[in-house]
Amino acid sequence: MNILVCVKQVPGTSQVEVDPVTGVLKRDGQNNKLNPYDLFALETALRIREEQGGEIKTVSMGPPQATSSLLETVYMGADAAYLISDRLFAGADVHATSYAIASGIRRTGAFDLILCGKQTTDGDTAQVGPELAEMLGIEHAANVLSIDAIDDKSVTVTMNLDNLIQTQTMLLPCLLTIEKDACTPRLPSFKRKLETASDVVTVLTAADLTGLDPARCGLKGSPTQVERIFPPEVNKNKEQFAGTGEQLSDTLFDLLQQKKFV
Amino acid sequence: MYKQPDAQDIAFLKTVVDPARVLTGTEIAEDYSHDELGGVQQSPDVLIKALSTEEVAAVMRYASQQNIPVVCRGSGTGLVGAAVALKGGIMIETLGMNKILELDRDNLTVTVQPGVLLMDLAAFAEENEFLYPPDPGEKSATIGGNISTNAGGMRAVKYGVTRDYVRGLTVVLPDGSVERLGGKIVKNSTGYSLLNLIIGSEGTLGIITEAILKLVPLPKITESLLVPFETGEKAIETVPHIIRSKASLTAIEFFEKQTILFAEEYLGKKFPDTHYPAYLLLTVDGSDRAVIDKELETVARLCMEQGAPDAFIVDTDERKESVWKARGAFLEAIKASTTEMDECDVVVPRDKIAEFVEYTPEVARIVNLRIPSFGHAGDGNLHVYICRDGLDEKTWKERLEQAFALMYKRADELSGLVSGEHGIGYAKKDYMKAACGEKQIALMKGIKAVFDPNNILNPGKLF
Repeated sequence: MNILVCVKQVPGTSQVEVDPVTGVLKRDGQNNKLNPYDLFALETALRIREEQGGEIKTVSMGPPQATSSLLETVYMGADAAYLISDRLFAGADVHATSYAIASGIRRTGAFDLILCGKQTTDGDTAQVGPELAEMLGIEHAANVLSIDAIDDKSVTVTMNLDNLIQTQTMLLPCLLTIEKDACTPRLPSFKRKLETASDVVTVLTAADLTGLDPARCGLKGSPTQVERIFPPEVNKNKEQFAGTGEQLSDTLFDLLQQKKFV
Repeated sequence: MYKQPDAQDIAFLKTVVDPARVLTGTEIAEDYSHDELGGVQQSPDVLIKALSTEEVAAVMRYASQQNIPVVCRGSGTGLVGAAVALKGGIMIETLGMNKILELDRDNLTVTVQPGVLLMDLAAFAEENEFLYPPDPGEKSATIGGNISTNAGGMRAVKYGVTRDYVRGLTVVLPDGSVERLGGKIVKNSTGYSLLNLIIGSEGTLGIITEAILKLVPLPKITESLLVPFETGEKAIETVPHIIRSKASLTAIEFFEKQTILFAEEYLGKKFPDTHYPAYLLLTVDGSDRAVIDKELETVARLCMEQGAPDAFIVDTDERKESVWKARGAFLEAIKASTTEMDECDVVVPRDKIAEFVEYTPEVARIVNLRIPSFGHAGDGNLHVYICRDGLDEKTWKERLEQAFALMYKRADELSGLVSGEHGIGYAKKDYMKAACGEKQIALMKGIKAVFDPNNILNPGKLF
């Protein structure tokens, strides 16, 4: 089975600060990491490969320094990595990003399955995965909690939807975005790091992508414009319950069920 | 003979402390009758939730006049029964004294009340770009308790232990007088170090009501390597090589697969790797990326030369949490795996840790008990847990005693000592006596008599 895993390099700290005056994300150029959500996608891919065999390629769009995040995917076990990188892609919104990645994926070879993280810790839109599937003309499922069965024709997944947990079977090839904590991602291997050749990451520029429409790329090709970025309000809502032990346990059970913990 | 507090005593105590914070009889929760050590239980007659040095002093002065025993208690996370009111009397709880009073950026100190929790101090320091290095696994312990046991923790390899970070203490003595020892000073050659006598005295010499602690600048980068090994022996035998390599590590932790599995079950969360029988967890900190990378590479290569099949990189917040959260939960996880347990916290010279680790399975075989262990391999301090599982009380006690006797004897042969960081309290008195000998115990008793001639402060502990 050939699996593609889409990843992104994000700021290294989990607390992304927004300048309250300019509304711009404060990025520390030195400190970056692989989007934590993508680790669940990569781990899922690695586990499928352990069972089914095949190859895992990772793909990212970003500036040249994103190479380090792709190298990390190789240290975790990916076989090959591709960085789609060109100034033409700068300033892309989710639509233009999906377009560029879809164009890149046409160059990275045949695939049976594409896995993405549920979202990124910097943009938090959770849209690139599904949009990418649409552009590639394949089916997709988002917020996948588990892969229950997989063979060379189809995959059965359990998804975390707003009000319910849904299990469905889909034909391959398809795209899945993997929910946080679907598994515990393995750690990068120092041994693989020592064994990895520095040219394991293939860089694809705009010139490498045949049939690319420059008008659909980067800031110019982005139908959405960011007007303002602001930190989300901290939700400190509290709910208090009173009653007998029995009533309270019923309330608690209903609540846990509603939140899908039980 | 101690006086048991009567109605008159309680009435008086309620005049010096808000009556709502003076609890008696059934008002005192069961929790206050023990700490984390199993098997020793005694409720105090009066529980006082103190809020200030003045209150502690007033209570102590009165107790001294009336010959009522007094025990001080923080979070009750101790492991040797040191905070159990063996003789009843008054218990002073410091959890309400939980204010961080001052961050002195010019002297690099923080002044805290004793009830501040370690996790809160650690977070406060970090927010201000400082590090309070002592890092025991139990983050909900109070600083007062940490000082009283001279807690060590996981960064001792590089940074030392709690004692190295205490600059000054305000202490209420058994007669109710208040003394300030040390201060915001870096050096001190002014007579005997009373400050250092209080540190590690397990609440037997005075009650700490304020502490001035030393901070260090927060290292910008902290990264770990989780190094797997094919056997526990291989892992532990690699430690001396690491130490000899002069790598500047903050932590060298040793643990085995079974302990990780207990932690997984306890936390309901999977560890990133459980494919190997044993692991070392090595940490480097600093502020220069190139230096850190070099250090990690040196250590990783060294471990692999010693037979480690790999070295896993623990670099991001998420990865650190997945590994260190499990490490922090080992004690509770082992506890949850059995019906009752007792622990042995021996410390041996670093180059002897392998010998000791390899000896514990032998003890387990001899006494026929399950004895999981993990520990601070880099500083020679091992935590060995003797599990009761399904045994009846009598067999358990017999085998436990036999196991302790064997282990402390071995520690002594290896020039080690009874406790690295948990203390002596009630549980380890006999072992300390055997390890330190008559003369040293007599000196300790002499010191106790000078501070507390009537032996009203935490009686029945240490000796």
